[in-house]
Amino acid sequence: MTTNIPTQKNTDITKSPTTQATPLIPLPPAAARLITIAGTAVALAGTFLAWTWTKDFPGNLTVTGYPGGLQVLTLVGTILTLLFALSGYGIKGLGWLTPGGTNSPVLVLTLGVLGTTGYAIGAIAQELGGLVNLEPGAWVSGIGALIAVTGALGLPADRPHDDGDTPNAWGRLRHALTAPEPGRTKDLPSWAEILIIAAGFGAGLYVFAYGIGTEYSELFVGFLIIAAFGFTALNRAGLLKQLSALTAKHRTVTLAAAFAAAICFPFTQTNDQFALIGANILIFATVALGLNVVVGLAGLLDLGYVAFLGVGAYAAALVSGSPQSTIGVHFPFWAAVITGALASLIFGVVIGAPTLRLRGDYLAIVTLGFGEIFRITMNNLNGNSGPDVTNGSTGIPNIPDLEIFGFNLGVPHNVLGHELTRPGNYYLLMLLFTAVIVTVFRRSADSRIGRAWVAIREDETAATAMGINGFRLKLLAFALGASLAGLAGTVQAHVSYSVTPEQYQFAGSVPPNSAFLLAAVILGGMGTISGPLVGAALLYLIPAKLQFMAEYQLLLFGIALMLLMRFRPEGLVADRRKQLEFHETGQLDVPDDKGLPETATGVAKAGA
Amino acid sequence: MTTTTTTTTTTVLDATGVTMQFGGLTAVRSVDLTVGSGEIVGLIGPNGAGKTTFFNCLTGLYVPTTGTVSYKGTVLPPKPHLVTQAGIARTFQNIRLFANMTVLENVLVGRHTRTNEGLWSALLRLPSFKKAEEASRERAMELLEFAGLAAKADHLARNLPYGEQRKLEIARALASEPGLLLLDEPTAGMNPQETRAAEDLIFAIRDKGIAVLVIEHDIRFIMNLCDRVAVLVQGEKIVEGPAEVVQADERVIAAYLGTPFEGAPGAEEAAEVEAAEEAAEAAEAPSTTEGDEK
Repeated sequence: MTTNIPTQKNTDITKSPTTQATPLIPLPPAAARLITIAGTAVALAGTFLAWTWTKDFPGNLTVTGYPGGLQVLTLVGTILTLLFALSGYGIKGLGWLTPGGTNSPVLVLTLGVLGTTGYAIGAIAQELGGLVNLEPGAWVSGIGALIAVTGALGLPADRPHDDGDTPNAWGRLRHALTAPEPGRTKDLPSWAEILIIAAGFGAGLYVFAYGIGTEYSELFVGFLIIAAFGFTALNRAGLLKQLSALTAKHRTVTLAAAFAAAICFPFTQTNDQFALIGANILIFATVALGLNVVVGLAGLLDLGYVAFLGVGAYAAALVSGSPQSTIGVHFPFWAAVITGALASLIFGVVIGAPTLRLRGDYLAIVTLGFGEIFRITMNNLNGNSGPDVTNGSTGIPNIPDLEIFGFNLGVPHNVLGHELTRPGNYYLLMLLFTAVIVTVFRRSADSRIGRAWVAIREDETAATAMGINGFRLKLLAFALGASLAGLAGTVQAHVSYSVTPEQYQFAGSVPPNSAFLLAAVILGGMGTISGPLVGAALLYLIPAKLQFMAEYQLLLFGIALMLLMRFRPEGLVADRRKQLEFHETGQLDVPDDKGLPETATGVAKAGA
Repeated sequence: MTTTTTTTTTTVLDATGVTMQFGGLTAVRSVDLTVGSGEIVGLIGPNGAGKTTFFNCLTGLYVPTTGTVSYKGTVLPPKPHLVTQAGIARTFQNIRLFANMTVLENVLVGRHTRTNEGLWSALLRLPSFKKAEEASRERAMELLEFAGLAAKADHLARNLPYGEQRKLEIARALASEPGLLLLDEPTAGMNPQETRAAEDLIFAIRDKGIAVLVIEHDIRFIMNLCDRVAVLVQGEKIVEGPAEVVQADERVIAAYLGTPFEGAPGAEEAAEVEAAEEAAEAAEAPSTTEGDEK
């Protein structure tokens, strides 16, 4: 079996010879592939050696023969690289790995391996004071990874250059990272497809749980690097596209699988703290989903959205039976939830009615103002500068744990032989709320009302000319978004034991604030369901895991947002619409101009 | 082609004394216009004559300074969505589709006023919701079929070629089941073939019993299409009548081509241009000075 045949075979999707695409490093493809595999194998072998001499560096990298900590990440990366590289040889049974690009995933993965290994070497050298602290194993892995990258840069690109001529080095590198669209999958029996979906979600849950469970920030950084590169590689290989095609085919199964995977999460966690992170992520994510109704569907930029979470939380705290509550009543949970959602709804309508007559930037500024007014009002209702309702800046502490049908969420319970602790309980409760909010979002988006919202977002004048009462529908979006946030707020009050005005700022270092909520929606992908969930998870995890850079957090966050807007303006999870909106080229949806061949001139004239 | 001679027309649209002032500028000055059922009425005029402003007054986008607009005998409130609800639909001069919605969704949005499924029914997914949604889809597909866009129902509106975007805008307007359709320059930017197709489409709409009021620059298009033409110049309606009459009217020609200056060659002299060339050259000089004095 020669190396040329599989390369041809794998790239015949593009129906063009590979000779047009010159790799960055001119190597014969066979040699390049061999170098890549050899380098990766060396890097893999290195993970079994000691990387440093002392246990001072977290994760114990001193053991020979048993990878630990950051070594595991390199190991996983190299194994994936090997799989993809071998798939390039056309080995039977591995072809399914690369329905899209063959060589670009290898390049991406070798870069990822180099990234994590390099980061590990750098972190060891920096924390222990010098490169002298490295054992040979680290050098073996590092040099192996470097060789692998060199080899991978010599692999031919998956797609020929568009216009035939060869661009400069940077252009060629960028081109080498692109991959063709995967072909259509063979139709599998539906049980197999469902199994694949389940396996996909299982793997996703495992990776996510691993990320939450990382015990020290070095491991988390390494995880982020390899996860980001691995994710990109899977995308380039076309596996994610095929998976999402499957999920689109079996929507209900997908939702059920996602829900099941999410239920499993607290059972994978042994540490209380991590389950609490999970619960907080869900709170953050549901509020972001509520904001997605307002921003993503109706296109109303709301910069004070966290106030609605605050209203729900305060309402729930006041009726929670906390000894510090100025009302001093104790509602059962269902009544508290209704109270919280209703209070937010009323607040939303009261704020929305005057402000929604504004459009665009003006609306953003006014909502920003109202968000701050809420916080300051809560501060001032302290008995001194106003009536005593909220205890001012001390807030309402000692909120008791919830008890639903005699099931106290505050104490550990034994479920299926697994101890489910307080954060785990709240996580599951919050998951129920998330399911409700996801359903509300899905159903409202796919209806007459949802279409009217999108129409208003697209062109308000045209929408009103189509008979849509713009103001009323915008108010409806505002009110729905507000009550969803209020719903999440009622649980948040109990999870965090206390509510204070400072939890509900425009921007701060603790995630559920207006700026982060908006960022979660935009970063994740406006108008989608999974987008805000992914965005919220990332935006909560990264600051929680990287405590050491708390001071630079907002700076890094700003840089990340700018980069994202430059390179992926549709967000991490793009709906089909957005993808077409931002990336004009290569779209599948371009109509194949049949019937009216002369229209091209008509368009040109109209454009002039 | 036109078969409206025998129909006893009832008035669909009746605009009386519509005046629109923007500060000191009067864009439309007491214009009266009626459109009968089954009629195609053209509204022409040079650029800046106030045609679109008049349209906006009719559809409630502008509140006219004075004057009333009534539809089938009831005075319309100056709110665009209520006007559409009453039964007047419109298209825009510069196409205003919901670019990032699919073709089908665009038409479904047009159905908004004719359905009344609210948020609760959407959330609870009652059988009535499903039935209404199904019916809307069916109706929308019929309209797409009518406009010849059924094959592209799942394309994004922004990806349609220009001519089809125009058609889609008309289909979307028809989705609100109007009794009167206002078309603002439906053939702008179209080639002759597409213009002819648009003509056929408008006749087909008229045959459905929908009255049409159309703004257009393409005189040939208007002459083929309209039963009656009104000419708007500087905010005032100067002539109204059958196409041939309007076409021959001096004031219309003056509005479009300018008034001949005094002593200029008349129609007969113009025929003998070669002979009158010197005389024309002599007349040229005073005309420019006249212009300067103004």
